[in-house]
Amino acid sequence: MKPASFSYHVPTSVDEAVALLAELGPQDGRILAGGQSLVPTMAFRMARPTHLIDINGIAELARLTAGGGIVTVGACVRHAAFDSGTLPGATGALLRKVVQNIAHYPIRTRGTFCGSVANADPASEWCCVMAALDGVAVLRSQRGTRRVPAAEFYQGVMATALDEDELLVAAELPMLADDTRTGFVEFSRRKGDFAIAMALVAYRLEGGVIVEPRVAIGGAEPHARRIAEAEDVLSGQAPGAAAFVAAAEAASAAVDPMEDINNTAAYRRGLVRTLTQRALESAE
Amino acid sequence: MTVKPTSWIGASVERLEDKPLVTGRGRFAGDVSFPHQLHMRMVRSSYAHGRLKAIDVTEARAVPGVVAVWTADDIADLPPIDFREGPNEKLAPFRQSVLAKDVVRYAGEPVAAVFATDPYVAEDAAELVTMDVDELDAVIDASLPASEFAAGLTTEPTICRQGYGDIAAAFKGAAAIVEMDLSVGRHSGVPLETRGAIGRYDAARDVLELHGAAKVPHKNRESLARMFGRSTAGVHLYEGHVGGGFGVRGEIYPEDVLVLVAAMRLGRPVKWLEDRREHMIAANHSRQQRHCIRAAVDAEGRLIGIDDDFFHDQGAYIRTHGTRVADTACGILPGPYRLPHYRVNAHFRLTNKTPAATYRSPGRYETNFVRERLMDAIARKLGLSRIEVRRRNLISPDEMPYERPLVALGDEVVLDSGDYEGLLNKALERCQWDRLEREVAERRKAGEYVGLGLAMYVEKSGLGPTDGARVNVHTNGEVEVITGGASVGQGFETVIAQVCAETLGVDYKRVRVIHGRTDRIEYGIGAHATRATVMTANATAVAAGKVRVKALDMAAQLLQTDAGQLTIVNGSVMRTDGAGASIDLGDLAHHLRPVSPTRGERDPGLAAEGWFTTAHMTYPYGVQIALVRIDPSTGGVDIEKMLIAFDVGRSINPMLVRGQLVGGFVQGLGGALFEEFQYDERGQPLSVTFADYLMPTAHEVPEVDILVTEDAPSSCNPLGIKGAGEGGVAAVGAVIASAVDDALGGKGLITQIPITPQAVKAMIDGQRK
Repeated sequence: MKPASFSYHVPTSVDEAVALLAELGPQDGRILAGGQSLVPTMAFRMARPTHLIDINGIAELARLTAGGGIVTVGACVRHAAFDSGTLPGATGALLRKVVQNIAHYPIRTRGTFCGSVANADPASEWCCVMAALDGVAVLRSQRGTRRVPAAEFYQGVMATALDEDELLVAAELPMLADDTRTGFVEFSRRKGDFAIAMALVAYRLEGGVIVEPRVAIGGAEPHARRIAEAEDVLSGQAPGAAAFVAAAEAASAAVDPMEDINNTAAYRRGLVRTLTQRALESAE
Repeated sequence: MTVKPTSWIGASVERLEDKPLVTGRGRFAGDVSFPHQLHMRMVRSSYAHGRLKAIDVTEARAVPGVVAVWTADDIADLPPIDFREGPNEKLAPFRQSVLAKDVVRYAGEPVAAVFATDPYVAEDAAELVTMDVDELDAVIDASLPASEFAAGLTTEPTICRQGYGDIAAAFKGAAAIVEMDLSVGRHSGVPLETRGAIGRYDAARDVLELHGAAKVPHKNRESLARMFGRSTAGVHLYEGHVGGGFGVRGEIYPEDVLVLVAAMRLGRPVKWLEDRREHMIAANHSRQQRHCIRAAVDAEGRLIGIDDDFFHDQGAYIRTHGTRVADTACGILPGPYRLPHYRVNAHFRLTNKTPAATYRSPGRYETNFVRERLMDAIARKLGLSRIEVRRRNLISPDEMPYERPLVALGDEVVLDSGDYEGLLNKALERCQWDRLEREVAERRKAGEYVGLGLAMYVEKSGLGPTDGARVNVHTNGEVEVITGGASVGQGFETVIAQVCAETLGVDYKRVRVIHGRTDRIEYGIGAHATRATVMTANATAVAAGKVRVKALDMAAQLLQTDAGQLTIVNGSVMRTDGAGASIDLGDLAHHLRPVSPTRGERDPGLAAEGWFTTAHMTYPYGVQIALVRIDPSTGGVDIEKMLIAFDVGRSINPMLVRGQLVGGFVQGLGGALFEEFQYDERGQPLSVTFADYLMPTAHEVPEVDILVTEDAPSSCNPLGIKGAGEGGVAAVGAVIASAVDDALGGKGLITQIPITPQAVKAMIDGQRK
């Protein structure tokens, strides 16, 4: 469990980083941010990048800002940045709920939001957030900047729209209206494990009925996504058991769950129903 | 005034061994290095089963920094790794060679070893070794009909048989018969510190040294000396700190042999540290058994007979323990119950998985699960409560010592002492069982899936026959106890120091305990099978007692008092009435120096050797009770209450006993709900990281209530001690299974562990349909 040899590069600016990436990306160069996924896979030699471009020294990438209705999460912002209560509004409250489910605190002090988004593990909580809120991935290369919405960014199990010369410099999330209710629930065999399934919901009330519903499911399918069928069920309904049960049922019917040695598709489908209902019930 | 020495036995004093550990100055295998050392990296088979046609090491040998690359041909003179208890002709063909030759039989089997000046270089070069393998079908299920291991040999090397009485008659006369098919999953000890071995040949002294030893240094010295044709005087093992033993650490594995052979042949020290992935596929697995068991009972639920055929999944080879786990399972299965007739056949099967051996409470974790599932089923069949059916079968105190015509660990089973029903009553009262039962009934009515589980069990400890210790008082008053014991982190030094301190009359902090050093004492039993405290502490008491007599005798001369009027308090010999002068033990040691004129005819030194011999093992016993709640939507199990009641005969350090029980519980919980080495149909291991092999963490572990009793001191040793090392883990699979089953309606649905959320959910859905 010692990585194969690689060259290590430490750019001090985004321009330098993308220049390195333009040159080294095609030679299996990889970005190193928090390293919580990449380094273990390198130790197993399942990943063997020939070049590592360490972006931890680039100050501007460590910024977490909120303004103009957008939360911008720089590439080096750690998960733990969301453990504290600094980010305002309904989006801040949601991220605080979600972050508690990501691994364990020591890992959260090192791993990054954008690293998780770029790695695109099916069970990544941040990917579920990006999908639910229609976040935008900001991709920089020497060719320019692309802003790719989550629905286009995610393409499969650990597969994204990122080109090999592109650096995910930031993720953008909308500031949800202050009266948005949000809920997040996941299930794993142990606390901090990759979830077998997760549900994220958000909605507002207008005149006593649900508007702008968002229901996203993660962990169950190759990548997290919004489930329009469940959102349609909620839209215009009064919040309560009837609507929540129906929406959970719709989400469960809409997903096409993955199978693995310990979890059948049917089990995951059942979890999607349960978790969606619980996320709706717990939304506040 | 009468002076009163401090009592150390029974005191929860702090551990002597903690200071270097908590200040980061311990010395684990990874901390041991020697100048000019080489680093070894194993090349392991990626196939579970196949014919090894060729290995190409040319590219690896060419890597700068690589000193040697060995395959089986390079060490053709080395025999396979033998059994700890000596040669066994019948089992010999199934032993593991140090490096695979002709056939590979599990994914992870060592096929080559790379020696390089740097561990990274060694790992790079190891990747360049290529193998030409014709893949063969892998045997994954030990309960399928036996197949061919090698020409003329089947995958069932032996059937371990035990029993007594007339089993056919027992079933003929039964009022009811209960039959079950029960399985325990494959899991094992996964210590924080992986294995490590540093071999060094000291040509100046002609001594071969193995550092990173653990568990049984003296036994391993004998085995290694035999293997290399050296005298034991020319082989020494050194135990440093050990980050968890649990049965898997400290056995002789291929890697231990290789670092020693390489140290001799390459002329440089050789260091090997196991990585986590290797640990999961190379260190001993354990536990996996499938029992097809039947019980014959009379109309009142009393056992008449048990008939068990079980399949023991040994993995690819038979390692140092031989058939010990299966044998122990046969001998211990009846537990605390009267059993007139018994027959058990253990089908000892080889499969294409990592070889198996002992893991904390071997043979008991499995059979406690099996027997207690059976007892619950008998209760259900006869409409009795689970408590009542047990009460009717428990061996009573007036039947002790209770001889069973069975053998466990090569020792005749004689239950030395115990009040099983007494402990059951205490446990039920402690957890307020009746109230819990009422609460569970009410919550069930309200739709909750809650359940209570109970398991009773007999542990074994203190395997003999003999252990020794030497106690030596230095002239500054410090006491050294030289033992052949071993410390795997359990508090060995503290416990031995307490017994020495109590016997001799010194502060336990003045006692330095030596262990795990074959160069300091000729014999030793190490630390396994919950024997260290029982055997080594009793030997220490004998040695310390002799030193005490010598000290009092010397002091009597110097103080001009009769020795019978003297005692030792806090390291000073004084009159029991406190009157007159006193003299420190260090001064007495000074008077006993070889050159001392006051020594007289006495042998020099304030020192003595003591030996303790026991006829049989001693049997502690326990009751575990759990209250669980199932989330019917996810199948997740939450443990709301957990009680372990355990009788240790006499507790040397109650804090350490408690620690052993809680720590053991956590490992037992792993096997009950989380941990499993899984394989695919080709024999590829699927649980090679902590993301796939789920150890319980602090989040999953409930508060555990511990009730330690001392109602039945052992009749096998003067201190009355029974071991505590395995009492926590032993019945956790049993009790959690019982509780989850109860939460699912008490229908006997739980027939295998670990119990996964998906399985529980399927059972709930199945019942609803």
